[in-house]
Amino acid sequence: MTAATLARPTPLSRGLRFELVKLVSQWRIRLVVLACWVAPGLFVAAVSQQSTLPVDTLFGRWMHATGWAGPLVLLGFAGTWALPLLTSLVAGDVFAAEDRLGTWRHLLVAVRSPRRIFVAKSLGALSVLVLMVAGLVFSSSLGGVLAVGDRPLVGLDGHQLSAGEAAARVLLAWACVLAPTLALAAIGLLGSVLLGKSPMGLLLPAVVALALQLAQMLPIPVPVRLALPGYAFISWNGLFTSPAQWGPLLIGIAVSLLWAIVATALAYVLFLRRDFTSLATDGTGRRALFLGVLPLVVLLVLSVVVIRTATGVSGSGIGQEKVQRSVATAFAHLYRLQTGQLNRPDVTEAQLATTADCNKGGGRRDPEGAGNDWRCVVTWHLPGTTATGQAIYQLDLTPDGRFMADGDGPKEVNGYFLVHTPTGDAPNPLWQFDGTVDLLSTTPKG
Amino acid sequence: MERPRAVRARRITKCFGEVVALDEIDLDVAPGQIHGLVGPNGAGKTTLLGLLLGLAVADSGQLEILGTPIRRALDAPDGVAGFVDGPGLYPSLTARQNLAALARLRGLDPRGAGLDEALDQVGLTDVADDRTGGFSLGMRQRLGLAAALLTRPRLLILDEPSNGLDPVGARHVHRVLTGLAADGAAIVLSSHRMDDVEALCSEVTIVATGRVVFSGPLSKLAAENRELDYRLRTSDPARARALAAESPGITVVEDEVVRGLVPAMDELVARLVRENIALRELSPVVSPLEAAFLNLTEEK
Repeated sequence: MTAATLARPTPLSRGLRFELVKLVSQWRIRLVVLACWVAPGLFVAAVSQQSTLPVDTLFGRWMHATGWAGPLVLLGFAGTWALPLLTSLVAGDVFAAEDRLGTWRHLLVAVRSPRRIFVAKSLGALSVLVLMVAGLVFSSSLGGVLAVGDRPLVGLDGHQLSAGEAAARVLLAWACVLAPTLALAAIGLLGSVLLGKSPMGLLLPAVVALALQLAQMLPIPVPVRLALPGYAFISWNGLFTSPAQWGPLLIGIAVSLLWAIVATALAYVLFLRRDFTSLATDGTGRRALFLGVLPLVVLLVLSVVVIRTATGVSGSGIGQEKVQRSVATAFAHLYRLQTGQLNRPDVTEAQLATTADCNKGGGRRDPEGAGNDWRCVVTWHLPGTTATGQAIYQLDLTPDGRFMADGDGPKEVNGYFLVHTPTGDAPNPLWQFDGTVDLLSTTPKG
Repeated sequence: MERPRAVRARRITKCFGEVVALDEIDLDVAPGQIHGLVGPNGAGKTTLLGLLLGLAVADSGQLEILGTPIRRALDAPDGVAGFVDGPGLYPSLTARQNLAALARLRGLDPRGAGLDEALDQVGLTDVADDRTGGFSLGMRQRLGLAAALLTRPRLLILDEPSNGLDPVGARHVHRVLTGLAADGAAIVLSSHRMDDVEALCSEVTIVATGRVVFSGPLSKLAAENRELDYRLRTSDPARARALAAESPGITVVEDEVVRGLVPAMDELVARLVRENIALRELSPVVSPLEAAFLNLTEEK
């Protein structure tokens, strides 16, 4: 017998293929991938044919008008439920599955490198997640376009995006939510490494996502809101205003990516520290839990400090001036849309010179922050005359800056009536509309 | 020039925290040898097998695998295969898919890696396309062995390979292991089934509380052992019992059970023959290995 040569670690490509084979062989993964590629299209097509639309969901009221509203309705739902659950299913189980099956030693002997196992597993989970997200985008877009058509989309400030522009923004919005999805996936990896066989590892991304959503519903200061890794699930809304609200969006993405990097790095370090020769342990323990959680808490605190310092914004980020500007802008754009739908002579936003006067609680409360007691009086110049028109809106404004304006008269302007559109009769666009307040923008002086 | 041993371990010590799992263990396994590793639960067998597979590195001592010194974890050379704590199989894959995935992971082309031959050798051809999630423990053990065969091992490490095997499965496994050994591969296996170890192994190492209490050929173990109980069946039980009672070094335990060392038994057989008493059976009530195992481990 001659001395043998030292075996080299298995190349990463082979490890990745092995992980993908294992993932795809699971019926639940195959079923979910199939569902991601089929169900959204059917859902969007079916809802688009209904007489009642999901107006509580952003862009839901436009699902009869354009096929590009469907993927955005789905995006709102996905950010709340689908993506956290998908990351739980894939990333939350990728390491724990080996503990459950007792296959760690087998895998280590075959691959000979814990580093490559970690990278292969992470890339495997990422690949399957991206495949699922791609299915959601493709299917919902196809369903929307086939059922309703490739038509212009009304943005969150009432301005119209051409069909091509809408398509590009829809894709960009979905690309943006990949960042918080990655953050949740990294938290899933960390949970899977930290919690071993415990089912909490599988549930962790969903639990964290739920906690982040609850936090976003609270009246927390803007720097804290933006420092939470799930904010990019909301901040894509800013892509549908003109100009786009890039600040919150980019900060949200940057924070999400930072969380993804830090959580993945923590999972990597903890995984490499694990002793696979000891049968008694699956790597869990209070010390490991502490090492896994503490750096993320530090990251959150640092993010708050940096965002606060860099933006100079504090408080809710929702002030009277901003609300007035947002409402007036959306009204002007939608007035112009209504004018076209009523076959009246076109007017420009400049000619309308719309302004809004908003107060909160009937003027008895400080006009600051979220609430459903905002009331705005919109004033505009009637085209061709020196007279001005006035309309009243009740606003339901959520802490993340999104609002729904509900027309409160006069009914000829913002009451409920049907208008003719290229896709059939639709409610008066000035009756109810969605909008968003840029939490980071500063109020212009004077 | 001396042929390198498949395993050469000297004063191997491995601790987990304050627990000493292995305490200055020596082990030699020659190519072509099937070496049994026996010991009570918690003796350190699995830890030792893990070191041989390269899963971990000893805290102190020297370990050479296939002539290569092992200094780091996962540093075992090519040609080492096997499993500890049961074979690593994925229940959502079929038997063939498990082997194919493993073959690809190891850089082998599944079409030329001998999947069918390996499945045939362990008697799993009929269930090759069934998901392993529904496999019994014995079938999983055999598939684990098939997975190890794909790599054409020169050193095969098996932790309790007989667990859950029915007689047919056991026969398949025995045939595979003896065939591999005949081709020059060294095999180290742990087992709680002494009949398996006796049937398969030419040498055995008994471990108790992390220390080697015996290592060597089975024949040496029997010779070194204390008195054994033997079942004695003859054509004239009454005269045979009387002869046994008179024989030096022999104690009659029951009607057909006598106790003594091997030389005393040899003398008793000679006397029975001289007295024209036909000997129909003379066999240990408890196997020499099991008796030695119990004696040595209870002493510890």
